[in-house]
Amino acid sequence: MTKNLRVKTSKFIDETYKISFKFNGTTYYGYKGDTLASALLANNIHLVGRSFKYHRPRGIMTAGSEEPNAIVQLHNNTSRTEPNVRATEIEIYEGLEASSQNCWPSVNFDIGGINNFLSPVLPAGFYYKTFMWPANFWEKYEYFIRKSAGLGKSPTLPDPDIYEHRYIHCDVLIIGAGISGIMAAKTAARNGFKTLLVDEKPYLGGSTIYQNSEHFKINNQISSSWLEKEINEIKKIENLEIKTRTSVAAYHGYNFLLAKENLTDHIPLEQRNNKTRQRLLKIRAKKVITATGSLERPLIFDNNDRPGILLSSALEKYANLFGVACGEKNILFTNNDSAYETAISLYQKGINIEAIIDNREEIDSKLIKEIERNNIKIYKGYTVVDTSGYKRISKISIMQLSKDGQKVIGSKKSISCDCLGISGGWTPAVHLFTQSGGKLKFRDEDQVFIPDKYPLNQISIGSCNGDFTLDEILSNIHKTLKEFLNIKETDYENLEVYSSFNKSKRNIWLLPSDKLIGKTKPFVDYQNDATAKDIKLALREGFRSIEHVKRYTTTGMGTDQGKLGNMHALGIISETSGSKMGELGTTTFRPPYTPLTFGTIVGRNVGEYFDVFRKTPIHDWHIENKAEFENVGQWKRAWYYPKDGENMHDAVQRESKAARDSAGILDASTLGKIDIQGTDASEFLNRVYTNAWSKLAIGKCRYGLMLNEDGMVYDDGVTTRLDENHYIMTTTTGGAATVLGKLEDYLQTEWPELDVYLTSVTDHYATVSVCGPNSKKIVSQVIPDLDFSDENFPHMSFKNAKISNIKCRVMRISFTGEHSYEINIQANYGKSVWEKCMEVGKEFNITPYGTETMHLLRAEKGFIIVGQDTDATMTPIDLQMDWIVSKKKYDFIGKRSLYRSDTIREDRKQLVGLLTENPNEVLEEGAQIVADIKKTPIEMLGHVTSSYYSPNLKKSIALGVVKGGKNMMGKKLVIPMENKQINVTVADPVFLDKENKRLNA
Amino acid sequence: MFIINCPYCGKREQSEFKAGGEAHIVRPKQPTELSDDQWAEYLFMRKNIKGIQFERWVHTHGCRKWFNVVRDTSNDVIKAVYKMGEKPPTK
Amino acid sequence: MTKNKYSLFSLIKHAFSYHENWEKAWKDPEPKKEYEVIIIGGGGHGLATAYYLAKKHDIKNIAVVEKGWIGGGNTGRNTTIIRSNYLWDASAGLYDHALKIWEGLSQELNYNVMFSQRGVMNLAHNLQDVRDLKRRTHANRLNGIDAIYLNTEQVKKFCPIINTSPDIRYPVLGGTLQRRAGTARHDAVAWGYARCADKMGVDIIQNCEVKGIKRNGDSVEGIETTKGFIKTKKIGVVAAGHSSVIANMAGLKLPLESKPLQALVSEPVKPIIDTVVMSNAVHAYVSQSDKGELVIGAGTDDYVSYSQKGSHDIVEGTLNAILELYPIFSRMKMLRQWGGIVDICPDASPIISKTSIKGLYFNCGWGTGGFKATPGSGDLFAHTIANDEPHKLNAAFNINRFVSGDLVDEHGAAAVAH
Repeated sequence: MTKNLRVKTSKFIDETYKISFKFNGTTYYGYKGDTLASALLANNIHLVGRSFKYHRPRGIMTAGSEEPNAIVQLHNNTSRTEPNVRATEIEIYEGLEASSQNCWPSVNFDIGGINNFLSPVLPAGFYYKTFMWPANFWEKYEYFIRKSAGLGKSPTLPDPDIYEHRYIHCDVLIIGAGISGIMAAKTAARNGFKTLLVDEKPYLGGSTIYQNSEHFKINNQISSSWLEKEINEIKKIENLEIKTRTSVAAYHGYNFLLAKENLTDHIPLEQRNNKTRQRLLKIRAKKVITATGSLERPLIFDNNDRPGILLSSALEKYANLFGVACGEKNILFTNNDSAYETAISLYQKGINIEAIIDNREEIDSKLIKEIERNNIKIYKGYTVVDTSGYKRISKISIMQLSKDGQKVIGSKKSISCDCLGISGGWTPAVHLFTQSGGKLKFRDEDQVFIPDKYPLNQISIGSCNGDFTLDEILSNIHKTLKEFLNIKETDYENLEVYSSFNKSKRNIWLLPSDKLIGKTKPFVDYQNDATAKDIKLALREGFRSIEHVKRYTTTGMGTDQGKLGNMHALGIISETSGSKMGELGTTTFRPPYTPLTFGTIVGRNVGEYFDVFRKTPIHDWHIENKAEFENVGQWKRAWYYPKDGENMHDAVQRESKAARDSAGILDASTLGKIDIQGTDASEFLNRVYTNAWSKLAIGKCRYGLMLNEDGMVYDDGVTTRLDENHYIMTTTTGGAATVLGKLEDYLQTEWPELDVYLTSVTDHYATVSVCGPNSKKIVSQVIPDLDFSDENFPHMSFKNAKISNIKCRVMRISFTGEHSYEINIQANYGKSVWEKCMEVGKEFNITPYGTETMHLLRAEKGFIIVGQDTDATMTPIDLQMDWIVSKKKYDFIGKRSLYRSDTIREDRKQLVGLLTENPNEVLEEGAQIVADIKKTPIEMLGHVTSSYYSPNLKKSIALGVVKGGKNMMGKKLVIPMENKQINVTVADPVFLDKENKRLNA
Repeated sequence: MFIINCPYCGKREQSEFKAGGEAHIVRPKQPTELSDDQWAEYLFMRKNIKGIQFERWVHTHGCRKWFNVVRDTSNDVIKAVYKMGEKPPTK
Repeated sequence: MTKNKYSLFSLIKHAFSYHENWEKAWKDPEPKKEYEVIIIGGGGHGLATAYYLAKKHDIKNIAVVEKGWIGGGNTGRNTTIIRSNYLWDASAGLYDHALKIWEGLSQELNYNVMFSQRGVMNLAHNLQDVRDLKRRTHANRLNGIDAIYLNTEQVKKFCPIINTSPDIRYPVLGGTLQRRAGTARHDAVAWGYARCADKMGVDIIQNCEVKGIKRNGDSVEGIETTKGFIKTKKIGVVAAGHSSVIANMAGLKLPLESKPLQALVSEPVKPIIDTVVMSNAVHAYVSQSDKGELVIGAGTDDYVSYSQKGSHDIVEGTLNAILELYPIFSRMKMLRQWGGIVDICPDASPIISKTSIKGLYFNCGWGTGGFKATPGSGDLFAHTIANDEPHKLNAAFNINRFVSGDLVDEHGAAAVAH
């Protein structure tokens, strides 16, 4: 196992920089530049994980983000653990610890492997057909199914890393820095476009950069040398930003793209602290050039999943880029010329090739001729029919293909090997293109889907556009870029290109076998263990649509999203059902292209930045005085102020009593405040409130109720007429923004003829509310220049005043039923006014109270709280507030809805007071109310909306809504709780001071 | 996410706006004259068109102006924008 | 039926013939000239309607016409949550009727729909949430629906990975739990109903788009489709996001808006969350599929769209909320995101109703929460079509409520995401 398969090294690997890492507890070494996969392969390790369903041993299959098998858990049981990381993508760093997933006790001996032997009874969709007996036992089966499913393990500790977002606006975005992307970037940037070039790899140049063959030349230089010079040039261009380790995840409409930039995943853990781990780039591009390349297709034959079977291009990449041989006895199996490129790369590095199996019979290719000159045996017109070797491939069996490719003929021949490279040709990476809304067309000659109709300002170039040979790619790029960027020239008009690649391919989606298909396991989706026979079973059972087959067999649903196998699934469906590929369509390619961490998507919007904290100007005082806070919308409101040892109940009782006995003070700054001006301001209020406003005198205040157009109570508050054409409206705390929005909507769209201007001034003023019998004594000391006599300053009126030269507005309004004043002052003076009131009020035991006491005090008076005593089903009539609904006004918002057949019903739920039989028993808010507990089904008449113990009345009081409650005064009802029944009597909702004497006390 | 060309501010990201539903549903001038059916028609019934829809948007995090948008609801492509009170484009 | 019965035994039996002899789960017929009833829309609700029409109302000549492939709309795109803890009596009656059918559905259909009663928890994040959830719990209890109120410690105990720290932006103040609630396998519901309906002679016609509704005065006469005209006297429309499109063909307007709703799944991991947790105040709900993926529901955009794509902001906002409540998921990865089109009524309750046109029935407006109702919806809609009048359980869900004002306002009244 510890063999070193590092061959002639590559310039991409720094051999002077040795890195140690652990895999499944054993320490290995690699070099800087290695991925975990290349480092494991260099140590001759192929077996990395177990498959999802059958727990079959699986090895590294690819060298990129399409990897289905080699997925590992990093740093298990630590805060930086991460499940399902592709070994082919993660770059090794000192201290990296990876372990295999989905196996127990170990990847070498996995109990779950028993599923492989049970596989005959576990065909596609078996779980739909069983686990139904005995009934209700499903959850017991499910427990074991869930345990054996899943891949890696979720982290269980908070994430120590930070993430961030960055917005990028560019003229041209180029996705993919292969040869096409590099050329496009140079052309765009040189022509003055602000250009962004991104690539998921840590290096530039795609697959051309590690080409080292005389068979591919540009301007008489080996293609990689030519490209290297281009790369060096573009690095110097100023208006070109290049981002490596950056993968585009999603391509949305209007050229909005999301990309993930990896910043620290390749450096040792101890160096990561305080660095941003990943950055989500939100890119708005005027033009997008997709140069995402193509993915090599596997070949589908029996047991094509053993460790040691890789894509042919992966063998080439591991050899050329990482200097790693994937095996000592390599065989290549292909249906096209690509494997010969691999072969040349391998023997250039001195890696042994046992044989090449080629589906094709006659091929006139320069590449093949070179291979033959090197005495490598080529089996033309052959196919692999089976492989052996449990944890590593040891042997393949080959047979000759019939002329039509439908069956195998002749005798079986075995060749031993320890590595098999397979190539089924190439699939353009059109995922992002289709995400953007692009439509594909099917090209019959080489059986690929290529971009057809572009919905946005974008273009695809290179092999993602279906151009697979170097000469095709280069000649098209010149033309395409000129047109797309609307420029006269590119540097690439007269490139001399030499390419030996022959495009011929013998495409057979499912290779024939000498066995009955039912006895074979030709994997289409490696990770999810979906085989060709599963797909055929689905079709036999009547699943016709590709989406049905996909869902029934789970093909393409793994963490690789079917990047390798989806085309074969389509091909097999097409061949089996006899429908044409182009007509079948593809499955939807859904974002993201490669999985995206939640952390990246969320960025900095975590913890305290999850949502805005709105604080009043007096907030610090509340903190200093140990207030408990309540969230009301985005606001933090003081809830109550516990003194030493007090619980909430004690604090609220004390606060409530103090407010009624002497003086209380409340921070009311959070109430919404809308400044309304204009010659039609009164008319406007007439239309938005249920009551009449025209006759409100200047300097007076009025309570208003606002409805939705459907007649239901929407908001309430006091509005003051400051001047002839000037009002200030208050709204509920939570309703401020929506009320303003609604008023603006009506004003701009329904009543543009009205001369009215609305301005939100909620944050401009602090509001200090002082109430209680001693409130006048306190406020008059704070504002000594104002005449506080009842004659000059009666209830429901307002005065302009000054506190030490600072203008303020004082309203004499009351939400507690007490004599009370509200001082509105420029926000930054709020705290000092509050403190002044506290200082002056000391002799009157002025007591700060929070929202809980406010709720209690107003409930004693039967005042409603919109949203608590109402839901979206209460009209003002239901609230027994008929007095506030103007009968004279022709119209107001919601008026018509009050006269619909349901809203005029007498037996609607109506707001009432509730008194408990036992005055010490406080009802639970939300408890349901019934008349007859014995009736079945039980009829709920309504519920308790507000409930408190009133220290002033020395009894429990509650508000509630009850069907027909208006006519139930004095009636006894029952609150059926879980363990008891509480008897209540319907009462007037005004429990205290019905005559409103206290307002003027 | 769309780009909406606010007639007052120019092109802005969709997240700055809020949608306000179908456009050109005029609030009846004399609601009390309407039957329950007619009122319900105004209040709740919508064309909910798949295709070219005339609709209202407001630039909430901008100028706070309401305006109209012509959008193809089948692919979210915006065809035109115009101010409140202006005649809808015919083509 | 017995011959084709699904069971472990039949799996073993078929293993001997390498599964070559399984019958088609449903046939693929061409439409006949005429049907007694045509259901437009081959999602879970439509297929269930056809099944119950055949099974309980003895109607044999039924077709389900589907524009694409069955179960391909919202049935196959939702987050599979099933619960019945609704506030209003009408809703509780409707959804609990469905829940009771779910409890025996796998056996009834002989198709494992994987109904898993792992419980659904709704969280409260502010004092009004607490009041609303308690109100709902009391109502549920009196309506015979299992629902209990949990304090913060009990929430933590039931789902230990939730961050219940009082220091988070919107701390968890409590929650409700319905233990009978849970999840099911969405595809299986469509397929199971399709298989049974097919066995009872229902024609399931896929790739057949309805192009027009033919009326004779105030009655329907048939439908124009891409496969030609099909005659019928009764049409049940169960077209979800496209309900208005069909309604417009018949000259009707509905109180609906169709909006994009998004959902996403993470990569699969070993079991980490064993229940369904929903939060309305910080909009996020999450469960874990049997495959191991975290299944996360996002909200709707506020504009009408049929494009099956929502805006990224919605997904981002949802994941913000997820990490607020489950900081341990920060390093989990989103594997797949998608959108569906949901048709929403102003009161967030469905319509299962006759219309002003004779023989035309609508089952729509399920908004973001239709999956859970599938069996009940099918059963009640079948009753409504067969009898030309609603069952008492769906009487409240008539179209006329938008005229009278007698709404079933689950939207404003209950702080509950669907």
